[in-house]
Amino acid sequence: MEDLLAARSQMAMSLAFHIIFAAIGIAMPLLMTIAEWKWLRSKDEIYLTLAQRWAKGTAILFAVGAVSGTVLSFELGLLWPNFMGYAGSIIGMPFSLEGFAFFTEAIFLGIYLYGWKRVPPRAHLFAGAMVAVSGALSGIFVVIANAWMNAPTGFRIVDGKPLDIDPIAAMLNPAAFSQTLHMTLAAYAATGFVVAGIHAFMLRRDANNRFHRAALAIALLVGGVSAILQPLSGDTLAKSVARTQPVKLAAFEGHFETERGAAFRIGGIPDEAAGVTHYSIEIPYLLSILAYGDPNAVVKGLNDFPASNRPPVAIVHVAFQVMVGCGVAMMLVSLWAAWRYIRGRRNQKWLDSKWFLRLLIVAAPLGFIAIETGWVVTEVGRQPWIINGVMRTSEAVTPMPGLIVPFLTFTILYIFLAAITVWLLLRQVAASPRDPEPKPMEARLAA
Amino acid sequence: MPLETIIAGVMVASLVLYALLGGADYGGGVWDLFAFGPRARAQRTLIAEAISPVWEANHVWLILVVVILFTAFPPAFAAIATALHIPITLVLIGIVLRGTAFTFRTYDVQRDDVQRRWSLVFSIASLITPILLGTTLGAIASGTIRFENGTLMSGFFRSWIVPFPFAVGFFALALFAFLAAVYLTVEARERELQEDFRMRALVSGVAVGLLALTVFILAKTGAPTVRAGISRSWWALGLHLFTAIFAVGAFVTLWTRRYWLARVCAAAQVTLILLGWAFAQFPNLVEPDITISSAAAPQITLELLLGALAAGAILLFPSYYYLFRIFKAE
Repeated sequence: MEDLLAARSQMAMSLAFHIIFAAIGIAMPLLMTIAEWKWLRSKDEIYLTLAQRWAKGTAILFAVGAVSGTVLSFELGLLWPNFMGYAGSIIGMPFSLEGFAFFTEAIFLGIYLYGWKRVPPRAHLFAGAMVAVSGALSGIFVVIANAWMNAPTGFRIVDGKPLDIDPIAAMLNPAAFSQTLHMTLAAYAATGFVVAGIHAFMLRRDANNRFHRAALAIALLVGGVSAILQPLSGDTLAKSVARTQPVKLAAFEGHFETERGAAFRIGGIPDEAAGVTHYSIEIPYLLSILAYGDPNAVVKGLNDFPASNRPPVAIVHVAFQVMVGCGVAMMLVSLWAAWRYIRGRRNQKWLDSKWFLRLLIVAAPLGFIAIETGWVVTEVGRQPWIINGVMRTSEAVTPMPGLIVPFLTFTILYIFLAAITVWLLLRQVAASPRDPEPKPMEARLAA
Repeated sequence: MPLETIIAGVMVASLVLYALLGGADYGGGVWDLFAFGPRARAQRTLIAEAISPVWEANHVWLILVVVILFTAFPPAFAAIATALHIPITLVLIGIVLRGTAFTFRTYDVQRDDVQRRWSLVFSIASLITPILLGTTLGAIASGTIRFENGTLMSGFFRSWIVPFPFAVGFFALALFAFLAAVYLTVEARERELQEDFRMRALVSGVAVGLLALTVFILAKTGAPTVRAGISRSWWALGLHLFTAIFAVGAFVTLWTRRYWLARVCAAAQVTLILLGWAFAQFPNLVEPDITISSAAAPQITLELLLGALAAGAILLFPSYYYLFRIFKAE
């Protein structure tokens, strides 16, 4: 394996691994905090059990996320020293803000996980809210740095060196808003769907368990609302990509010929050598509308970009299709859930449908499939650049030889960690709590 | 004082805090490995209780060091990450195994064989990671990392697979173990447990002294400029004097079982050792070619970073204090 490919593979693998834990780290604290808030309001013990159960899962996932995130912050330099040497002073800012957000998250998570008996209930709820907010902020800051790689602003290049650096302008780059919005919603939607799917699975075996009903409702509220809003943020992001990275947009769509009133392709296999996409369903004018808000807008095709500046089209196109497909499916499931909830909430019957629960189980992994393919779209779609239009990935890589060794090492390590994490989470999920027996509060909190 | 010097100072301060707090968490892992005697289980429980609520927050100091380094001194970060790719990668593997094994142990089956297996991973990673971390810092101080026109000339091994950086690595391990043992004397509730960690503190304190001497001797050829800085400049004598006072103070207070004072002395001793190194290396970030000013980012980045650090500190320290008050008061 060539060193550049090994470096890219290691980065891709590290990111693909970390993003799962990062997304859960953003969304789970929100779910826990909602559950605890409901407990404080209703005094219904089932919500306390729920918050504590979710907190255990979050503790495991957060630890893996924290260490894999540490690995990434070093890998930026270990694998791409020339990139960091060039860009550190421009985009270090969001990373330092992320540092503090992560600090806050770690501090209050410590208080949340180990402070049940040590701080008053309101302070405990506040700690949970702080974890939720700082977790979301951490994600936002890191995605801002990634957005800058797609739409670099805040500097001028003179003799190949960045001058007139403006870190604030770099943070406010044109991709920042839509990318952070899209990723934050994705984290809530994906996590909400997985959690809902797990509790739907448990409800299929134990239909009247109030614990799982309560859990499913909260998870679906967070996941469903996000999944319904997500296509809107996706549209904003696509319009931003059309402006800042037209070649990436063309790759999303396997769009080779520049045309006015371009059609939107569903499915299809791009043939890069021949410059056509086969077997796709085309919806006339839709691509021009989606990209520029005008049915007659010209959408530039891949053939009009130099071959050396094009990303690998087939991977990007297929990944894009999978992401959009998952997103649309999740939106439809959420709309159905909303409709069932509005009609059936009074008699608490909205969850009493075998098919609805089955669908939630099937839909559980869709959000994470969308996140993984979405990052493939973003990252592979930016190739051959590490900083779009400024620095090529091949220029950024470390001179270190034998990069296949760390790539394989981290891959094996992460497969091992993933297996253990799944096993430990299954242990946590396995037992369904019943309605708790009335016990004094002290004993419950000590549990 | 130029901004970049202030920011380098903040970076050293973060490193000191990482050593005092995160370092002690590694040290806890070391004592988990060497838990023995009739109270081995009680020792392990105490260590786990001491580490659990705080280790993830303590670990962020290291992230802060890295983030400051790559924001304020990007070429220095690029140089270190290139030349020390291998030891840093090994440190990362250690960090991953240490953190995950510790958490997995908490949430896995509470059966002895399962727990022992995770303990072993956790404690061995806690033992090896500080050695590699110290080796990395030793290599940065050694003056053997050389670039010519942006190309690394000193190779990927030569600057760290030599005696001096490894001596620094073992020195770091001894310091972390010493800190942890001293802190645990304060946290232990039962007298016998306190005695266990008192003994460990005294033994590791002796190891600290011996390894400090070894590092100093090896520095003669291993890191001549830093050694010259430590042993010749005007402030060096005062610094050594204070380090010695606190080192002796730590011993005396441990001997006389004034644990709270011992903790202060040990922390001060470690702080002064790190400051001594930082001052001796000043103004170089990576010996001998990369200085604070040559690697500094443009002024505007430094201004914004310093603003962010100040604002972040205002947010951070009250929360951090709250965390420690909840779990470490009494």
